[in-house]
Amino acid sequence: MVVKVISSAEAISEAVKLAKPNVIPVYPITPQTKISEKLADYIANGELDANYIRVESEHSAMSAAIGASGTGVRVFTATSSQGLSYMHEIVYAAAGMRMPIVMADANRAISSPINIWNDQQDSLSERDSGWIQIYAETGQEAFDTILQAYKVTENPDICVPTMVCVDGFILTHTVDPVSILTQEEVDSFLPPFKPVNAYLDPADPMSLGTLADPDYYLEIRKDLDDAMQRSLPLIEEVGKEFGDKFGRYYGLLEEYKTEDADIILIAMGSICGTIKEVIDQQRENGVKVGLLRVRVYRPFPKEAIINAVGDAKLAVLDKDISLGSGGALYLDTKSVVSNEVHGFILGLGGRDVTPSDIVEIIEKTESTSSDEIKWIGLRE
Amino acid sequence: MIEIRFHGRGGQGAVTAAEILAKAVFEEEKYTQAFPSFGVERRGAPVTAFTRISDEPIRRRYQIYEPQYVVVLDEGLANVVNVTSGLKEGGKLLINTETGVLPNIDESKIITEKVDATQIALDFIGKNIVNTIMLGFLSAKTGVVSIDSLLKVIDETFKGKVAKANLEATEFIYNEYLDKE
Repeated sequence: MVVKVISSAEAISEAVKLAKPNVIPVYPITPQTKISEKLADYIANGELDANYIRVESEHSAMSAAIGASGTGVRVFTATSSQGLSYMHEIVYAAAGMRMPIVMADANRAISSPINIWNDQQDSLSERDSGWIQIYAETGQEAFDTILQAYKVTENPDICVPTMVCVDGFILTHTVDPVSILTQEEVDSFLPPFKPVNAYLDPADPMSLGTLADPDYYLEIRKDLDDAMQRSLPLIEEVGKEFGDKFGRYYGLLEEYKTEDADIILIAMGSICGTIKEVIDQQRENGVKVGLLRVRVYRPFPKEAIINAVGDAKLAVLDKDISLGSGGALYLDTKSVVSNEVHGFILGLGGRDVTPSDIVEIIEKTESTSSDEIKWIGLRE
Repeated sequence: MIEIRFHGRGGQGAVTAAEILAKAVFEEEKYTQAFPSFGVERRGAPVTAFTRISDEPIRRRYQIYEPQYVVVLDEGLANVVNVTSGLKEGGKLLINTETGVLPNIDESKIITEKVDATQIALDFIGKNIVNTIMLGFLSAKTGVVSIDSLLKVIDETFKGKVAKANLEATEFIYNEYLDKE
C-alpha cells in the first residue's frame, strides 16, 4: 500500500489499472476526461495491458463495451453528463443484456443551459436503467468502490452493470491523500473474471440481445429486477469483505450520528463531507442532527433506510430535480418512509454548497411545513 | 486548518502550485486537499486554485472564502480581481511584483509580502513561470511548509533541466527572503 496525493479521477484510473480490464472503450468529456487520459497513459507506458478503443461517441463507447463484455472479458468505461445522455439507449441495453460492465460517471449538469459543472442530474436520469448506482464521497471511496463494483457486477448470480458516481470537479479535480492497494492486495480480493453465463464463443455460437416478444419480455424484466434486489446483500457482503481485508468498511448507507437525532439529513456524494462538519458544530450547540449518506442509490436500499431513520424528521438534499415534481432522492425516500420528509434542491450546475446552506436546511426543517420543495442558495 | 488561495493566469501554473504545496505538506504528515477554481481553462484568463492543510482529515468540500494566505503570481491580477477578498485578519498577501507599486492594495491594512519573482524566474528558468518560486517565498514568509518537502515534491513533479532550474530558483528565493524576516 502506498498513499498518494491524487485526484479522484486518478484514483479511479489507478483502481481500474489494478482491476486489469481487457477492453476500455471510452470517449472523452469534461470532467471525466482525466480518467480516460490517465488510462491511455497506462496503456501507452505498458503499465496496463488492455485494448483501448477510441470510439467516436459515447453511444459507440457503450456499444463497444457491450460487444466486448459479450465475449466474456472485463470491461471498463467512463463518461459524464451529455455523454451519459447520448449513451442512454445503450445504457439500458447493457443492463437488459446482463453485461457485467463497470462505468465511472463524473457527475455533471445536463444542458440546457450548457453547464460543465457538478450536479447529479446525469446519473439520476439513468436511475431506471437497471444499473447498480454507487455514489462516492471521497477519492478513497471512489478507488475502493471500483474494485468492489467488479466483484458485485461479475457475480454469476447478479450480472448487472455498475455505475460508480463521483462529483465532477469537486472530486474529479481535487487532490487529496488516497491509499493505493498493491497489485497483490487487489488480486487477493478481485480474481480474474471467469464468465459462467451466456457469452460469445466461436466454438459454441449463440446470439445475445435478441427480440423478446410479449410472451417473454415481462419475465425477462422481472429477472433483471430480481437480480438488482439480490445485489443488495452482496454489495454489503463485498463491502465487509473489503473492510476485513483492507480496514475500510462500506455498506449500503453510512449513518453519521443518527442514533439519537431529531433531524436526519439524507444526501449522496461529496456534499456529505461538508454536512458532517456542520453536524459536529450543530451538536456542540445542542442540535441533535445526523446524516444518512445514501451510498447505494440503485437498487434503493428501502429496508436499510427505514431502519436507519427511526422517527426523526428527514431533510433530503438533491443535486438534481425531476422537473415538475421533486428531487429523485426525495421522491424515493418519501415512497418508503412514513416520517415527515422535507425536500431541498441545491448545488445545481456547480453552485457551491457552503456550511451556511446546510445550517439553513436544518433550520427550515425545524421550523417549516414539509409540503413544498425548497430551493437553497437561490439569488433573490 | 490553514486555507490558501492562489491567483494566477491560465498557463502560469497556479493549479500546479496548489498541488505541489498539498503534496509537500503531506510529506510532513499533514492532511491536505488542493483544487482549482472549477471551470473552462483558458490561457491568460484569471485562475484561482486552493490548498487546505490540517492536522485532521479534511472533510469539507466547498470553496475557500476566507484564506489565511493569498499568493498572487501576476501583479496585474490585483487590478482585475479582488485578490484580498475574505483574507483573514492577520493573514498575508504574497505577491509577485516587478514595480512594488500596488494601487489596489491597502498595505496599511493588509500584511503584504512583495517579491520580484519574475526576475528570479528569468534568471534561473529562462521564462516567466513563477509558481515554484512563489512557493519558496511562501515557505520563507509563513513556514506553512518546509523548504525540504517543497524541493522534494518539485523534484518529483518536473523532469531534467526544468526540475533543476525550478529547484535552484525555489531554494534561492527561500534563502534570500528567510534571512530578511
